Amino acid sequence: MRNKHATQLIFELSRAGRSAVSLPTADVPQQPVDQLIPERFLARTAPQLPEVSEPEIVRHYANLSTLNMSVDTHFYPLGSCTMKYNPKRNERLASIAGVVDVHPYQSESSLQGLLRIFFELQQMLEEISGLDAVSLQPAAGAHGELTALMVAAAYFREIGDNRTKVLSPDSAHGTNPASARMCGFDTVTVKSTSDGFVDRDDLISKLDESVAVLMITNPNTLGLFERGIAEIADEVHSRGGLIYLDGANMNAILGITRPGDFGADMMHFNPHKTFSGPHGGGGPGAGPIAVAEKLTPYLPVPRVARLETEEGYTYRLDWGQPRSIGRVRSFFGNCGVLVRAYCYLLTHGPDGLRSVSENAVLNANYLLSRVKHFLPVPQGDRCMHEFVASAAQLKSDTGISAMDMAKRLLDYGFHAPTVYFPLTVREAVMVEPTETESKEMLDKFAETLFRVTEEAADLLHDAPHTTLISRPDEVTAARKPKLRWQPSAED
Amino acid sequence: MKPEELKYAKTHEWVHVDGSKEHSDEADATATVGISAFAVEALTDLVFLELPRVGQQVQPGESLGEVESVKAVSDIYSPVAGEVLEVNQELPESLEWLGEDPYGRGWIARVRLAKDASLEHLMDHAAYSKMCAEEEH
Amino acid sequence: MSYIYNTPEDQQAMLEAIGCGSIEELFAAVPQSLRLQRPLQLPEAMGELQLTDHLAELAAQNRSPADTVCFLGAGSYDHFIPAVVDYVGSRGEFYTSYTPYQPEVSQGNLQAMFEYQTMVCELTAMDVSNQSLYDGGSATVEGVLMSLDVTRRRGRVLVAESVHPEFRQIVETYLAPLETEVVSIPCPSGVIDQRALADELSDDTACLLLQHPNFFGCLEEVHQIVEVVHAAGALIVSVVDPISLGLLERPGDYGADIVVGEGQSLGTPMQYGGPYLGLMACRDSFVRRLPGRIAGQTVDRRGNRCWVLTLQTREQHIRRDKATSNICSNQGLFALRASVYLAAMGPEGMRKVAELCLQKTAYARQQIIESDRLEVLFDRPVFKEFVIRDRENAVEELLADAERAGIFAGVPLGRWYPDLADCFLFAVTERRTRRQIDRFLQFVSEHTTSGVTHAK
Repeated sequence: MRNKHATQLIFELSRAGRSAVSLPTADVPQQPVDQLIPERFLARTAPQLPEVSEPEIVRHYANLSTLNMSVDTHFYPLGSCTMKYNPKRNERLASIAGVVDVHPYQSESSLQGLLRIFFELQQMLEEISGLDAVSLQPAAGAHGELTALMVAAAYFREIGDNRTKVLSPDSAHGTNPASARMCGFDTVTVKSTSDGFVDRDDLISKLDESVAVLMITNPNTLGLFERGIAEIADEVHSRGGLIYLDGANMNAILGITRPGDFGADMMHFNPHKTFSGPHGGGGPGAGPIAVAEKLTPYLPVPRVARLETEEGYTYRLDWGQPRSIGRVRSFFGNCGVLVRAYCYLLTHGPDGLRSVSENAVLNANYLLSRVKHFLPVPQGDRCMHEFVASAAQLKSDTGISAMDMAKRLLDYGFHAPTVYFPLTVREAVMVEPTETESKEMLDKFAETLFRVTEEAADLLHDAPHTTLISRPDEVTAARKPKLRWQPSAED
Repeated sequence: MKPEELKYAKTHEWVHVDGSKEHSDEADATATVGISAFAVEALTDLVFLELPRVGQQVQPGESLGEVESVKAVSDIYSPVAGEVLEVNQELPESLEWLGEDPYGRGWIARVRLAKDASLEHLMDHAAYSKMCAEEEH
Repeated sequence: MSYIYNTPEDQQAMLEAIGCGSIEELFAAVPQSLRLQRPLQLPEAMGELQLTDHLAELAAQNRSPADTVCFLGAGSYDHFIPAVVDYVGSRGEFYTSYTPYQPEVSQGNLQAMFEYQTMVCELTAMDVSNQSLYDGGSATVEGVLMSLDVTRRRGRVLVAESVHPEFRQIVETYLAPLETEVVSIPCPSGVIDQRALADELSDDTACLLLQHPNFFGCLEEVHQIVEVVHAAGALIVSVVDPISLGLLERPGDYGADIVVGEGQSLGTPMQYGGPYLGLMACRDSFVRRLPGRIAGQTVDRRGNRCWVLTLQTREQHIRRDKATSNICSNQGLFALRASVYLAAMGPEGMRKVAELCLQKTAYARQQIIESDRLEVLFDRPVFKEFVIRDRENAVEELLADAERAGIFAGVPLGRWYPDLADCFLFAVTERRTRRQIDRFLQFVSEHTTSGVTHAK
């Protein structure tokens, strides 16, 4: 049951004089503050933070949490986001002393266990990618993309090759062109064919000596394996360009095929997708990148190196890369997420990891086989780990849009698939079930989706009906942005 | 301004050459620019408009600002070459004018036409209406 | 397998429904020539018990503030985290959800984000905050990039040498492929050299990046600096320590235009440097240039107050190559934890924590001034850390010896500032006790070369 009192804004719960902490008095001789800090530096007014008791905080946030759908509570087939189960052992193990409380500037000798974890993770990601070296530094997938493009830019600068363009398909994640732009490249879009693959003629017409990188997602955002990837890579390589693989969809191919083997020169991993790091309501993720040997000298520093001594292995931070692009974030990386990925990989081993991809692909194909009869999947009968259906026909027949379906699914206790992405499919409904769902759940979802397509359009236009709120007015939110609570506001 | 008397770009901007001359031979001929009723309708629920800067030099096809709806952004492309003389300062706060009066109060900028500015590439109302009718299908 | 439901029978039934003979066949689209023809060379799978033992063994090879006295700071601090922060942060409904694309089933996250934005605005005295960036360093570079956009000046950015050296490196890395020049402003006395600053400001300068309290712990003369920078038409991008804002004037009040910072101090464990919390707030007029997700208040179709992701057209998934940034994920979980921390503290708690840091730092500083071997380098007001010079010029040995004695005594500065090779940075949070500070001083006196009188 919802507790309406507790879910007011925390500022509205605030009462002067309440507090959830009692701090000790200083155990050192005290001096007047203004003798330690001159008056001109001191605040004249205090920030108006809420004044609440600890039980109020617990009740407020516990009640707020129940207003969310999450992987722990619901099927969450949000395409492209790989919302798989987040193992509880990983949460516990990432929180043990010696891992969670370590300061980033401790000496290497006080960090041997942690550095070993990161060294081994580098090795495992090299093996999974089929590439030669890994940097664990980037903080998210998009950050990894940007970092890799900086690596590419540094490489071309050093070999004296002035390349100004980055190509990416029209079905790519928006982060691809955005990363390229931030790195100073001109972005060029490559068309897709009607069956969802890179349009080779369009690609070739845009490929010349000014192209630094082709960014490609494989399997692509339509859930299809780019069959001609090796030939595409040959075309790019023969003109001196590099292939960047957006690793968002690695969940489909673990142990099946490796980006380095199908022509990628660099890639990022999304450990928060593929390796089960929880999504945290928006983050944190992590975005380790793997690159081919010729790009290794440009990777960010530090990376972890292993030395063999008489007593065994010792691990240290390797700063000795004069051609490195430098740093893309402070400290080592999103270590908490990386430790969870390490635990995930050790839990699975080689066979388990392959079985993750096999079952992810099986689940997606099974769901596809049940859905395609009532909701067309323009790009075919088979998919990898996800598929994109189209509600375009349904919309013109009945008025039910992809958004209507998404909203109505919420009423039935399912998180909505990704809708309106990729941009190349009209009324796109992008479904990624992941391997951590049962056949019964997939059956239930398919039945519900079918039922929704049979419902009255008018009912769906106002859906959801059972949630606390429905169809918020996004126009007003964007026109007159109200981005913080104001004490004087009358609501 | 009457829509029938305006010139249109393929990207849905309209132009009105101020004064009587159709072609801008004179040094200080000016033009008023806005976006068509068709475009405003297609964009739905506008939430934000970014105006160009006064003094900005533009070529046909270059950005003259942006309009945003909740989930899309569209560039406004300059239909003509010249220098931005004046912008409709009140428009960003009164986006409803774009829907109510796109050819009047919804004007976006006044441009001093460059000496060699050409209007040849623009459509008249009939041609533009035909294009819009085709786009709807 | 631990997390997979499908039994062989399920798999068979599913394959039949698909009309496919085997799982292998589902991968037909992957050409045989590209297949990995062997198993991945990875360690064999471990059960939960084995894995737990394995991690425990690895963790035991690390030391941490749990078994050591920690005076390390330099951007990551051993502040106390109330249990209520862990409780909220470990609720699965928060940490296993994602970006609130469907507001109807994300009101918990959206409201918490709206509250977070409000708290950050209050703390910084700025108009708007986003929902967080990756960390202090990446927030800093995003602030600098934003200043280029807002001012439309692309010539140069000025960066004080008293800004965290890693943050400065990030700015240099990001700007390297672009046309903008990064100019360092020297800080010979521990704070910005204002004459050098005035000389470097030009009409193509987008911003001055400063940190206050700065990397050396010193307070910058922000009022004078803001005046001269604004007079040149440039912006102030200010890196803040949120804990200091319980006492110090808030950046919006001294005229900062863009505020960034590392939010780790607000309830995020140190965890070897990440994930952390990139704080970012700015003036109202820059909101459409602000990167990252933003929650906004609105009403639903029934007129109920609610929250949505708003101003999304700034973002990469809509604007692609013209987006304000490529950022997609944020640090929502740590923004949530920061909100809980700030709510638990309240204004009074924040003032007290800041004052505890200040008093203990002042005590430690006084003791060090009186020590034979060590001296305090810059004679400026400081908040919770300061630079110590070792008169025996043996920082490395001193810190290594201290570590053996159970004390993480500081961060050596030589790696970033060759002139300060005989110095280290010493941080004192509210968690440190007088006894621990005295223990360090005792250690130092035991490690002072006897018979040598140091010039004071």
